[in-house]
Amino acid sequence: MAQMQLEAAALPLAQPRRMSLAFVGVVPFFVFAVMFLLWPTAFLMIGSFQDAEGHFTLENIYRLSEPTILNAYKISVEISIASALLGALFGFFLAAAVVLGGLPRWLRPTLMTFCGVASNFAGLPLAFAFLATLGRTGLVTMILRDYVGFDLYATGFNVLSFTGLTLTYLYFQIPLMVLILTPALDGLKREWREAAEVLGATSWQYWRHVAIPVLWPSFLGTTLLLFANSFGAVATAYGLTGSSLNIVPILLYAQSRGDVLHNPNLGYALALGMIVITGLSNGAYIWLRGRSERWLK
Amino acid sequence: MKSSRLGPWLAIAIGTAYFLIPLLATFEFSLRMRRGEYSFEAYRVVLADPRFQASFGYSTLIAIATIVLGVLLIVPTAYWIELKLRKIRPLVEFITLLPLVIPAIVIVFGYLHTYNSSSWIPLIATPRGTDLLLTFGYMTLALPYMYRAVDTGLRSIDVRTLTEAAESLGAGWGTILFKVIFPNVRVAVLSGAFLTFAIVIGEFTLASLLDRPAFGPYLQLVGANRAYEPSALAIVAFIVTWACMGLIQIFGRDRRATMAGR
Repeated sequence: MAQMQLEAAALPLAQPRRMSLAFVGVVPFFVFAVMFLLWPTAFLMIGSFQDAEGHFTLENIYRLSEPTILNAYKISVEISIASALLGALFGFFLAAAVVLGGLPRWLRPTLMTFCGVASNFAGLPLAFAFLATLGRTGLVTMILRDYVGFDLYATGFNVLSFTGLTLTYLYFQIPLMVLILTPALDGLKREWREAAEVLGATSWQYWRHVAIPVLWPSFLGTTLLLFANSFGAVATAYGLTGSSLNIVPILLYAQSRGDVLHNPNLGYALALGMIVITGLSNGAYIWLRGRSERWLK
Repeated sequence: MKSSRLGPWLAIAIGTAYFLIPLLATFEFSLRMRRGEYSFEAYRVVLADPRFQASFGYSTLIAIATIVLGVLLIVPTAYWIELKLRKIRPLVEFITLLPLVIPAIVIVFGYLHTYNSSSWIPLIATPRGTDLLLTFGYMTLALPYMYRAVDTGLRSIDVRTLTEAAESLGAGWGTILFKVIFPNVRVAVLSGAFLTFAIVIGEFTLASLLDRPAFGPYLQLVGANRAYEPSALAIVAFIVTWACMGLIQIFGRDRRATMAGR
């Protein structure tokens, strides 16, 4: 009995010491994270607010509004918005088709497996695939010209352009949307639909007043995720267009290779701008995901 | 409220066309190397290219190093947090998600300035040091996927009970980690490993900016200079990605089968 009391008395004292020892176990992880993730990023962020001599300045941030840089941001944001919105929309229709469409059951696992592969099939090989499809001598271009009599390139289309890049990005954007949205669609409870039917709702009314409000946060959240996903992509764009298309990741790639802006600190500011944009869209995604989980638990 | 199946079928048809046509076109293009006939000439040329073999081998090696070091870092960390430090889990989860927020190009741009030859830790000064930095960079890129996979695996087993049982039988920390925890999260670790392999094998941005002879920069070189070989390489890369995802599914199914058998 006395022994137990002694132990109980010693417990609050022992607890904090054990706690501080426990932190030793996660030191390797935090050292790694600081060295290879946090510090290199923080270094760029600090450098964005310094001049060549290391004094504080807002000059670099201000110079981001130079026409070349501003234009790069504009095209990047436009391509990311286009590929995120179209990816989200088509991804939604595909996911809805296999979850709610009453199609044969084997379609769903097949689509999910394919999406797992396609969402990871990005970068240079993807660029090569689209060059072989819609490039000047690509299969689709040739078939359209020889059999349909339609000259794709006469319409001003070019796979090395805004449209081409957006179309290519969709190849990994749509699958990502399907993968994330399918569980959300599964969360739509059958009872909700039945309740709506009993109350005399039409299919449209059910979607308008029940399904869409419930799905909205996950749909919007995933769209933001897709936006960030294409905003940071370098390899696909580089493989497709070389450095001919002026988008931010390509500009930053060129800056990393050889200071094309002739000002290292301006380069840091360019990177800071990317982090701010992807950070905002990811932050909004996390916030929206929290909201959608309330209904879809 | 009986809905027609026309819409769903239409969505599937358009989706199938969009996803299959580029693959078919790429395959067809890769067979066109010999004039007037289909042949596997482009594949023969590519696979026989010593630079292909060297760069693919190099990337495979880096991928394996990434996986081994990543598992050794992440499994003990996730285990320790689950066992003793649940309070800091949100912070660790936040850090592991950051590589999805910070684009790879930004991370490597940071490396070029923090690990160059005039810095405290001049990793970029030597080729071996750069290999190491590339491996650490890939570990960073794979962190969200690896941590998520391992964490899910750990949550599905009772870490506390297993640890206490092992401790009461006199096991030390090394034994607990390698003989009790690792075997129990093997499936999760494997799926993280294959995903990491799929990401690392053709990665371009880091390898190119750190100037290492990896598969990604080789792809870029061939893409810029050749006509038919890039298509053959795209097909090869697609098969590699497909194999990685297939292996994840096979191991995942294995686990479900044994779970049901219990």
